[in-house]
Amino acid sequence: MAGITLTDVVLVLNRTMILDRLSLAIPPAGITALVGPNGAGKSATLRVIDGLLVPARGSLTVPGTRRAFVFQKPALIRASAAANVALGLAALGLSRTERRARTGAALARVGLAHRANDPATRFSGGEQQRLALARAWAARPDLLLLDEPTANLDPGATDLVEALVAEMAAEGTKVVLVSHNLAQVARLAADVIVLARGRAVEHGPTRTTLLSPRTPEARAYLDGELPWSSLAAAS
Amino acid sequence: MTETIHETFARLMTLDRDVLAIAWLSLRVSLTAVAIGLLLGIPLGAFLAVTRFRGRSALVGLLNAFMGLPPVIVGLVLYLVLSRSGPLGSLGLLFTPGAMVAAQAMLATPLVAALTRQVVADAEDHLGEQLRSLGLSAPRRAGVLVYDTRFSLVTTALAAFGRAISEIGAVLVVGGNIDGHTRTMTTAISLETQKGDLSLALALGIVLIALVVTVNAVAALLRGHAVRAYG
Repeated sequence: MAGITLTDVVLVLNRTMILDRLSLAIPPAGITALVGPNGAGKSATLRVIDGLLVPARGSLTVPGTRRAFVFQKPALIRASAAANVALGLAALGLSRTERRARTGAALARVGLAHRANDPATRFSGGEQQRLALARAWAARPDLLLLDEPTANLDPGATDLVEALVAEMAAEGTKVVLVSHNLAQVARLAADVIVLARGRAVEHGPTRTTLLSPRTPEARAYLDGELPWSSLAAAS
Repeated sequence: MTETIHETFARLMTLDRDVLAIAWLSLRVSLTAVAIGLLLGIPLGAFLAVTRFRGRSALVGLLNAFMGLPPVIVGLVLYLVLSRSGPLGSLGLLFTPGAMVAAQAMLATPLVAALTRQVVADAEDHLGEQLRSLGLSAPRRAGVLVYDTRFSLVTTALAAFGRAISEIGAVLVVGGNIDGHTRTMTTAISLETQKGDLSLALALGIVLIALVVTVNAVAALLRGHAVRAYG
């Protein structure tokens, strides 16, 4: 798949400029992380890529036919885990047999096959997010968009979700990850884009960008956020 | 007063066939009207919750205002429509239980639609983006959100039932309060009070309250069981 490109994208919501002539070129494979302070436009960028928000100006190229979005708070309906996964397949025009097979495989993939018939709303936060990933994976997406998927999870659940995301990326799914957890970004992402005030201020390989930011905006953000010691220990 | 209460309980102990027939007719008319109200109101409310179009806010405002429609006005309008010279006069529905069902359905539908819109819109706030991202069309999103809010919609159905079974203006105008044919609990209570038979009116009132409490209790039990099973 070719990369995702955004050129001079302008997004205005409630008379507030969210994306200000944002231009990006996201490589076609691996995991790309979007980082930046609150209000930088990270989540809005993911929504523009998914088509949930339509920019006022600018152009957008998103190759691939299937996208999946996993939100910070898993959006699950009051139904069984299996029904929630099957919901992700509802618009794909699959046969009932195929839907059932994919649902079972997806639940097994995230380690929740034994809870297929349990009400999803009773699951723990980590299990709910794994279920959301199962729903995304069942659709066999070319592009997986993750909006702070582990923000509400404990370290154990975070590890499981990260492992699943890394596996999906290794199998060829392009992943765009928004995260405030820079240690997680360092663990998962091949490249990092730093956003500030609706613009991309820096884009480069993860280590270089996190350890030696070139622009003052990226430096200001990373100085406040980067857990230097853990990153140094990880290297 | 004490004598009236004694007589009331005596009549309750010996519930005659007429009282039971009146109670059964009331229940049948109101439950049918609520079923029609749910069939029309839930899709309408859900549709308004998931779609955006010009004039939608005005329609929502109108629907909210119609929740408070005076029953006697609904009865009057339906009377004009169903009367011999009215557009649907040929159906011969006036002064039949069918006309009473239609009147109560007209009261129940806007109530169901307005409450459903609110409940589904709240669910849309936290599920809407995900459902749009999954590529679901507006009717499918509405269907999923109605399913997701089904336990809350039980309360909507109960509110509609309460409005239907307790109203008197509309059924009196289009039903005519004909003994053995269109006499309901509320019209019978009104008539017996005017005639001075307070013990019968009170006995009917107690039966009416018992019916409402029973329907609500059954719904609450079913809802509780379903919530425990499906979260």
